Amino acid sequence: MRNVTLKREWVLGWLLLLPSMVLLFAFTHIPAVTTFLNSFYSTPRGRRAAKFIGAENYERMLGDPVFWQVLWNNLWFALGTIPVSIALALVMALWVNDRLAGRGFVRMAYFTPTVLPMIAVANIWLFFYTPGFGLFDQITGTLFGWPATNYLGSPETALNAVIVVTVWKEAGFFMIFYLAALQSIPQSLKEAAQIEGANRWTIFWRITFPLLMPTTLFVSVNAVINSFRLVDHIFILTDGGPNNASALLLFHIYEVAFQHWETAYAATLTVALLLILCLLAIGQFFFVDRKVHYK
Amino acid sequence: MVDAMLASTGKPIRLEAVTRRWDETVAVDALTVDMAAGSFTALLGPSGCGKSTTLRMVAGLESVSEGRILIDDEDVTTRSPSKRDLSMVFQSYALFPHLSVAENIIFGLKVRRVSRSERDERLQKVADLLGLSQLLERKPGQLSGGQQQRVALGRAIIAEKPICLMDEPLSNLDAKLRHEMRLEIRSLQQQLGFTMIYVTHDQVEAITMADQVVLLNSGRLEQAASPRDLYQKPASPFAARFIGTPPMNLIPASALNKTSGASSLLIGVRPEAMHLQDGGPVSASVRAVEYLGADLLADCEIDGAPFQVRLPARRTVVPGDRIELGFEADALHVFDADTGRRRDDLISEFGALTRS
Repeated sequence: MRNVTLKREWVLGWLLLLPSMVLLFAFTHIPAVTTFLNSFYSTPRGRRAAKFIGAENYERMLGDPVFWQVLWNNLWFALGTIPVSIALALVMALWVNDRLAGRGFVRMAYFTPTVLPMIAVANIWLFFYTPGFGLFDQITGTLFGWPATNYLGSPETALNAVIVVTVWKEAGFFMIFYLAALQSIPQSLKEAAQIEGANRWTIFWRITFPLLMPTTLFVSVNAVINSFRLVDHIFILTDGGPNNASALLLFHIYEVAFQHWETAYAATLTVALLLILCLLAIGQFFFVDRKVHYK
Repeated sequence: MVDAMLASTGKPIRLEAVTRRWDETVAVDALTVDMAAGSFTALLGPSGCGKSTTLRMVAGLESVSEGRILIDDEDVTTRSPSKRDLSMVFQSYALFPHLSVAENIIFGLKVRRVSRSERDERLQKVADLLGLSQLLERKPGQLSGGQQQRVALGRAIIAEKPICLMDEPLSNLDAKLRHEMRLEIRSLQQQLGFTMIYVTHDQVEAITMADQVVLLNSGRLEQAASPRDLYQKPASPFAARFIGTPPMNLIPASALNKTSGASSLLIGVRPEAMHLQDGGPVSASVRAVEYLGADLLADCEIDGAPFQVRLPARRTVVPGDRIELGFEADALHVFDADTGRRRDDLISEFGALTRS
């Protein structure tokens, strides 16, 4: 009797788990494992089935100059976007946390880029960057008399132009987290520090900033992941060009997989990407987490 | 016990018609009070009476709408909190959660770049004084409420500021601890000699600790006096009922004595000032009795006016009894209900009337 009820509960439990398990396995776990396996096989073409080739794909990757270039680009992209967007988010949050006229409007304005779809954002910025009559050229042209510049079309500036768009897009999103964290810091802590003779600068560095560390860690993990994940705007802005100058790792994977149809090699690149992300996340949690005070 | 190093000399504080307004609401209304150097002043009143606002204005955390604040005869009305040379203990303690106990206590010294050796020396003295030596490495989150309270006290006294402000510092502690800390804070203040302003809504705290009690009611000064004067000569019906437990009985003069035509007068007698007296001037019927151990608290009625009396417990009084009560002439208080002021000139007259 008891066995039967236990068994029924067990079945019910699995049935309840089933929908999310099917989704997770179909779209996350099975593809991940298949990707890993595929990276050791050749790309199947026509009648020629995939055959096991060992680490050949990995050898090819390490010898591929384009791989190293997109990895290098990605490093620059991360270094350019992460610190700037986090710093900007913090400054904006501190500003809109103060009493100022039209605070609600300013907060909304900062958050707007996050709400807009990346593709739409990229299209707007495409106009800003347009040589000759784009916003930037018009401003620099009238103010300093600079000649028309093709920001997105020249290898020196293409990646930086993409970085600017990403920072603009991300800072508002991170600001929301900082703003929430700032509002959870009791006012009396600042007052106590004030009475002890601390000025605004000291209060920020000795009180506010340390208490924001959990948020900073969270935001920076997100920023690192985003720097490898956010590639939508590249399709619109530069399409990875010129000469791969603004191609990032994930963008390159897309190109290899769905434009050149070298799926096995793309699987290898994906494994490399996952490995990098894992290492970064583990590193952040192990090295930064120790210095964070959680309430 | 206390070194000369930790002793500070207090500075006098003077509030001159200090007013604080938010749009239409007046939180503090033309408050004028003098606080002598090295004295202990309690700001007392019900919640929302403006006592915390007053304290915050003295601290410089709240701006003053009108009037002046003088510390040591210097006008500090517009000075920033850090330039007023005072310390403060907050109701929530406001300890920095990410810093250790030691770092919390020396925070101010560090900000003012006091040398390391002096910092350590003072920290050790304060820690010994407050019994915190074993806890210096802990974070505030690992301390009990009473220990956190001590850390907040330590942060306030380490710099030997001449003035210390406290905003309901004991309200988060349990009754036993509150009693201990009351004694401790008072003795600390007397040892170190700083001027103390202490905000509380608890009349027992105010009366037991303070040299001067400033009683506030809806932003206005009700009475500023020593605890003894406040109890013995309350200036208004509000002061009379706010100080003392149970509160003073206030009865319209007409209910007590038919011969008096002045209906706007209130007669006050404290419950503990009355005693059973056969043939006494007051005759009342008992409605309910509370047994308190040492005493009885009897709810009585005189011509429809409710009335409380504290009686010795050895006398049994039951609801429905009629009792006759007497009191000393100097236990009588007379207030004018219209002006809300004390009328000492009428006491002898009423004393005679109730005796006749």
